[in-house]
Amino acid sequence: MSRIARILVRRLAGIVPVAVIVVGGTFLLLEAAPGDAVDAYLASTGGDRALVEELRRAWGLDAGPLARLWLYISALAHLDLGWSVAFSRPVIEVIGQRIANTLLLMGCSVALAVFVGSLLGVVAGSRPGSAADRALSLGSLALYAVPGFWLGLVLIVVFSVELRWLPGGGFETIASGLTGLARAGDIGRHLALPVAALGSIYLALYLRLMRAGMVEAWRQDFVRAALARGLPRRQIVWKHVARNALLPVITMVGLQAATLLGGSVVVESVFAIPGLGRLAHEAVVQRDTPLLLGVILTGAGLVILANLAVDLLYGWIDPRVGAGAETMA
Amino acid sequence: MSAAAGDFRLRDGRIGAVLLTGFAFAALLAPFLSPGDPLSIVGTPLVRPFTDAAVPLGTDRLGRDVLALILHGSRTTLAVALAAAFCALAVGAAVGAAAGLAGGWIDEGLMRLTEAFQTVPGFLLALAIVSVAGPSIASIVAAIAAGAWPGPARLVRAEVLSIRERDFVMAARAIGMHPFEIAWREVLPLALPPAVALVSVIVAGAILTEAALAFLGLGNPNVASWGALIAEGRAVLRTAPFLSIVPGTALVVAVLGVHLAGEGIAARLSAPVHR
Repeated sequence: MSRIARILVRRLAGIVPVAVIVVGGTFLLLEAAPGDAVDAYLASTGGDRALVEELRRAWGLDAGPLARLWLYISALAHLDLGWSVAFSRPVIEVIGQRIANTLLLMGCSVALAVFVGSLLGVVAGSRPGSAADRALSLGSLALYAVPGFWLGLVLIVVFSVELRWLPGGGFETIASGLTGLARAGDIGRHLALPVAALGSIYLALYLRLMRAGMVEAWRQDFVRAALARGLPRRQIVWKHVARNALLPVITMVGLQAATLLGGSVVVESVFAIPGLGRLAHEAVVQRDTPLLLGVILTGAGLVILANLAVDLLYGWIDPRVGAGAETMA
Repeated sequence: MSAAAGDFRLRDGRIGAVLLTGFAFAALLAPFLSPGDPLSIVGTPLVRPFTDAAVPLGTDRLGRDVLALILHGSRTTLAVALAAAFCALAVGAAVGAAAGLAGGWIDEGLMRLTEAFQTVPGFLLALAIVSVAGPSIASIVAAIAAGAWPGPARLVRAEVLSIRERDFVMAARAIGMHPFEIAWREVLPLALPPAVALVSVIVAGAILTEAALAFLGLGNPNVASWGALIAEGRAVLRTAPFLSIVPGTALVVAVLGVHLAGEGIAARLSAPVHR
């Protein structure tokens, strides 16, 4: 078995119990919420009390909690996430329409945060204690204290209301008739501010992580040796110090996936982007519990996938990872 | 180099302590600084800040005093953040200690539970808990703590695992001390302090989550809250942006104060090791 395949198998074995707990948790929340699937369905279609009893029997909702749990799990296994009252459609369809927008927003935000954050981190960490380092460290701390939704509002005030450079909301111009590159450009203009709002906050985290890793690396013997050999400082900074500080940054991308998805709820709401986060807010406002739990399950699935991707990337970058897995497993 | 950096961090910590003290004073003295109900109407709506001495920070869309709302909002923020941090630390420490001390399948099960909580986006979980339990201070505290306990749990477990192998624990076992007594008197006093260092991160996160929930309209509508104030200002963002910007600034200053104080404490704790 190849090394990458071993990493994959070991991670998948760990995912199963976690997924079972998450599904059990959402089932408990669903049970705790007032009303059930029949109430939800009839709220959008209408029907009398006799129909309620009949549907409850037909859907197995009059059985005990364990039977209901089994019903819930087998429905999930068929990708049936229940019925959304708010949209009068199956939950899975509503989520399917929204998920791409959120993935685009998150992908761009992560790219911005990791790229700019680690670049600034290299600037700060190349000379720890310097004026640039002090300014960047304090600035990142201040940025980290800013709530995403408020940063979004401030960006709207500056760039949309005052300067009129960028649109202040929406995913693209409605009924613009644009296709191809022109449409991509239009979406890009709409996403610039939300990506800036979501990305800037997490940028601070990568800056601090990169800087801390570099401060640590400067103390290592191999860096002292490189300094003693008289290598150019630029070469030491990039090839010896920054390179070793990069691995924790990659780990953090996986760990931050859940936080970022949570942050997209408020940012999507501020910028009126029809994505998963805003869907969660709409579900809460319309008291649509199955839809909200569907979004949560989808979010948990995305987090698991993101971490799996990070693990594989890690295994690819660092040849030590997974090499001794045969004996450990 | 490290000594100089340490001094900077200590100074940052002092700035943080000053900001936090101001924040605590605002929260404690709000009923004296601005007596009466902050949600009552005091003047004409949308007075700009710094134009009227009676309402220094202006009024909102309904003519309520923004300064009074911010002062009273700091009470909500502080109470919710501290309660949530306390709950998260207590639950996290209990789970982490149980997992580390019991070992075996209890450890395995508790760690899978912790992982499951870390897999679900914390803010989505908070939304779900508040929407199922209804918006009250207690449900908001529970919702924030539900997303924050896994961090301390993992840390305490790791500490317990390293401490339980040390000689003095062996000695306690050898003299026939009860396992619960060993846990309570020998292991936990050493395992908890590192988790307490997480307090600043948890409190800062709790302040931001509380504000975000209130911003989305999931706070308690009968108490002043910074997040709700920002949402209120959002409706008139184009004509009166100050209404969102002023409470948001208070939020940033409070969270920054918590972060700076946390850095200062961390610098103080780690100082003897580095020098």
